[in-house]
Amino acid sequence: MLITGTRKGIGKYLAGYYLQKGFLVIGCSRGESDLVHENYQHYCLDVSDESEVKKLFTGIRKSYGRLDVLINNAGVASMNHSLLTPISTVRKILDTNVVGNFLFSRESAKIMKIHNFGRIVNFVTFAIPFKLEGEAIYAASKAAVITLTEILNKEYMPFNITVNAVSPPAVQTDLVRGVTDDKMERLLKKQTIHRYGTPEEVCSVIDFFIQPGNEMINGQVIYMGGV
Amino acid sequence: MVTKEEIIEIIFKSIDEINEQNETHLVKNEKTKLFGRDSDLDSLGLVNLIVSVEENINDQFNVSISIVDEKALSQKNSPFKSVESLTGYLMLLLNQ
Repeated sequence: MLITGTRKGIGKYLAGYYLQKGFLVIGCSRGESDLVHENYQHYCLDVSDESEVKKLFTGIRKSYGRLDVLINNAGVASMNHSLLTPISTVRKILDTNVVGNFLFSRESAKIMKIHNFGRIVNFVTFAIPFKLEGEAIYAASKAAVITLTEILNKEYMPFNITVNAVSPPAVQTDLVRGVTDDKMERLLKKQTIHRYGTPEEVCSVIDFFIQPGNEMINGQVIYMGGV
Repeated sequence: MVTKEEIIEIIFKSIDEINEQNETHLVKNEKTKLFGRDSDLDSLGLVNLIVSVEENINDQFNVSISIVDEKALSQKNSPFKSVESLTGYLMLLLNQ
């Protein structure tokens, strides 16, 4: 299993969760990880750097010859009015959230198809259906991820690779650290379930997507929290 | 310097893999068409072949290449037409 963005937040939790379940987990992030486990291997890279990403996948192919699951978790956000959003931020968000997602999906599918099996899980956001102000670029980048999910599932189906997406509910991670309490309260009220979600609850959706028997679940987006 | 023979050998190896996986009968010949009406490969078969050639090049020469790039798409004659044209394009790509 390969998980992107495992240095912190939900990604780190996911790595620990699936290690506990007996998976061999490969993680990556820009910085070093403090996760130490005999079945965990960490790569430091920028997910949008094609040559670095290709090196990672060459390593996976040569070391293991297979990859069953990709969790495209790495993502960056910027909560800012569009009038105050610099283009460097726009590029950074699109590079990580869209280019990174595409690159990892493409390279994963090349390895997954060797064994005619694969599960790809993408992360999207409630900022899309809620049309949240201040998150124009973040939401636009994740809308692109939904489109990737909907088209790649068709392109990869001949190899028995499914592509689905989960939209976690509001979870207290670094991604929302800069958002004020009252704004988060208003956001929670928009969900039909007015509370923060937990990483465990996010895992239950991912477990559902990656089950070997769930080949019929493909190209779907699950919005958690009642969106 | 990567030779023409080395590249043809890699393409033939990939043809063997594709034939085995997809039960196609692509002939290992320089004139074999890879694309278009006269080819035994469908579009997905061509995708599989190109990915396989990339992997075999990586295994043999330890270089990671993307065969389909802007350069390939802008060629006057498609490099993916036949084994011969693909060989020529790979020679260009690997020896630049």
